[in-house]
Amino acid sequence: MFGETVLKEIDEIRVKYPDRRSALLPSLYIAQREFGWLSQEAMQCVAKALNLSESIVRGTASFYSMFKHKPVGRHLIQLCTNVSCMILGAERLVDFLGNKYGLQPDGTTEDGRLSLVVMECIGACGTAPAMLINTDFYDNLSEKRIEEILEKYK
Amino acid sequence: MENFLLRNIENPNSADINEYLKVGGYKNLTKSLGMKPKDIIEEVKKSGLRGRGGAGFPAAMKWNFATADPKFPKYLLCNADEGEPGTFKDRPILEKNPHLLIEGMVISGYALGSEYGYIYLRGEYPQAKDILNEAIKQAYEKKYLGDDILGKGVKFHLSVYQGAGAYICGEETALIESIEGKKGQPRSKPPFPVNVGAWSMPTIVNNVETLSNVPYIMEIGGDAYSNIGSKDCPGPKLFSVSGYVEKPGVYELPMGISLRDIIYKHAGGIKDSKKLKAVIPGGISTPVLPADGIDCAMDFVSMPKAGSMLGSGAVIVLDESVCMVRVAYRALKFFEHESCGKCVPCREGTDWLRKILERIENGKGSEGDIYLLSDVAGLISGRTFCPLGDGAAGVVTGMIKHFRNEFEEHIKNKKCVVS
Ligand SMILES: Cc1cc2nc3c(=O)[nH]c(=O)nc-3n(C[C@H](O)[C@H](O)[C@H](O)COP(=O)(O)O)c2cc1C
Ligand code: FES
Repeated sequence: MFGETVLKEIDEIRVKYPDRRSALLPSLYIAQREFGWLSQEAMQCVAKALNLSESIVRGTASFYSMFKHKPVGRHLIQLCTNVSCMILGAERLVDFLGNKYGLQPDGTTEDGRLSLVVMECIGACGTAPAMLINTDFYDNLSEKRIEEILEKYK
Repeated sequence: MENFLLRNIENPNSADINEYLKVGGYKNLTKSLGMKPKDIIEEVKKSGLRGRGGAGFPAAMKWNFATADPKFPKYLLCNADEGEPGTFKDRPILEKNPHLLIEGMVISGYALGSEYGYIYLRGEYPQAKDILNEAIKQAYEKKYLGDDILGKGVKFHLSVYQGAGAYICGEETALIESIEGKKGQPRSKPPFPVNVGAWSMPTIVNNVETLSNVPYIMEIGGDAYSNIGSKDCPGPKLFSVSGYVEKPGVYELPMGISLRDIIYKHAGGIKDSKKLKAVIPGGISTPVLPADGIDCAMDFVSMPKAGSMLGSGAVIVLDESVCMVRVAYRALKFFEHESCGKCVPCREGTDWLRKILERIENGKGSEGDIYLLSDVAGLISGRTFCPLGDGAAGVVTGMIKHFRNEFEEHIKNKKCVVS
């Protein structure tokens, strides 16, 4: 179950909207923060907090790619491979992560340190290729730069 | 032209309210609150402002539809989903000039009789979320937001709603579904959002850049604004330039500037003095133009005549090293992934287009595949619930129209000979 502070946080979100269902997406974010991913338990907590059916919660959550339906590593790499990033080498970077770290798209390293999701455009096309690690932004990526950056994420 | 939308952004503290006030921030709000709401809309009408989200719909016309509806409350939604690949032009406003957007929204809210605004922000912009939340807090403290704005009895509340990684939520009715806490699938129109929108109430959806133009219109007046750039769609426009140019970035330039000038005069020309091959002028959803097709005016009226669209003004520059089949394949992977699944032509059609392009790209295409691509694209076009499918079809049709030989060579040689 969510603790009291989390429930209070959800209540504060609820009152900003005319209908409680609007609090669903923000609450799913909160659940993901608390549980690391949207496990069945996490979604049950959201359903309970908002008085919505579990199927509504699950159905809605499954639509959005930023909600995770399996556990992710300690650090989530979201690497863009859309056209502006692709033509500047983003796909080579995906291969690099595979070869060097054993990290595949939608996969997690065996030690649970890193997960990788290949993204559509993340709005950094002018400084491509680009990625997010958790909520930190990195652009102008090269293999060397990724290696250096990842040193910070243990 | 002096920057307005990007004014002061070189200042590292530009997102702070005090810095914004130093460059004249919120004085257009003070001025506007001294006017009648309908006079503000009249000024916006005179300005000729068109929506910057992609469709170029006249802003004042949308606003007049919304105010004509007797129902209250009315909601003002700012579309900050910025999902069109190649586009990163709203981001500098959100991250570096958030008070410009807030000021634009309060003025617009007052003009529209709306007391509640929401900024629907894509999940991929976590920094922007923090910056906007801080800016909103500052605006409440200084009474530019709240129940009694500047002591004038005007009420407007604003908060951020975070999307969760679905391109289709940029489509206004899908955005409304999403803010209601549902799957982001477009609604059938009519009724239009201006009559039945969020929570069944009249709802005005405008893009970040559109709303950020409103303070400028109030500053210089609708007539003066209408003299900037193109006659049919005036004003300053933000262009996101990416790909093989010397100086990629966001440029604030008059609407109607030629695509050639954007690339060669402003973005420094093609990187490493290579040869230009093609340009995608308005984001991934707009048809590609060949190198000799860039002498066109970048605005909503001229671009369709030039064989493409202005879209979000996201210019993606491709040089001779780029394989067009690969670009088309990557674009269709995107559309397939982002199709919301509601209507059959888009859901199945994007899947087929991607599959055919994938096999051509992998050297497994057959002679009939080019015909098949055109055929499937034709079956999608005009038959989908929302414009996402049309965009996908137009991309494929445009690629085949201008770069048919590359598709043929891929099929004949069973591999790419470009890159
Ligand atoms: C598939 C699709 C995606 C869209 N994405 C965006 C977007 O990310 N941002 C945006 O402002 N408008 C987007 N739009 C356009 C909106 O539907 C709508 O026209 C716009 O927000 C209206 O605001 P405006 O009149 O100020 O342009 C999209 C439309 C479609 C069909
Ligand atoms: S295409 Fe990669 S950030 Fe836009």
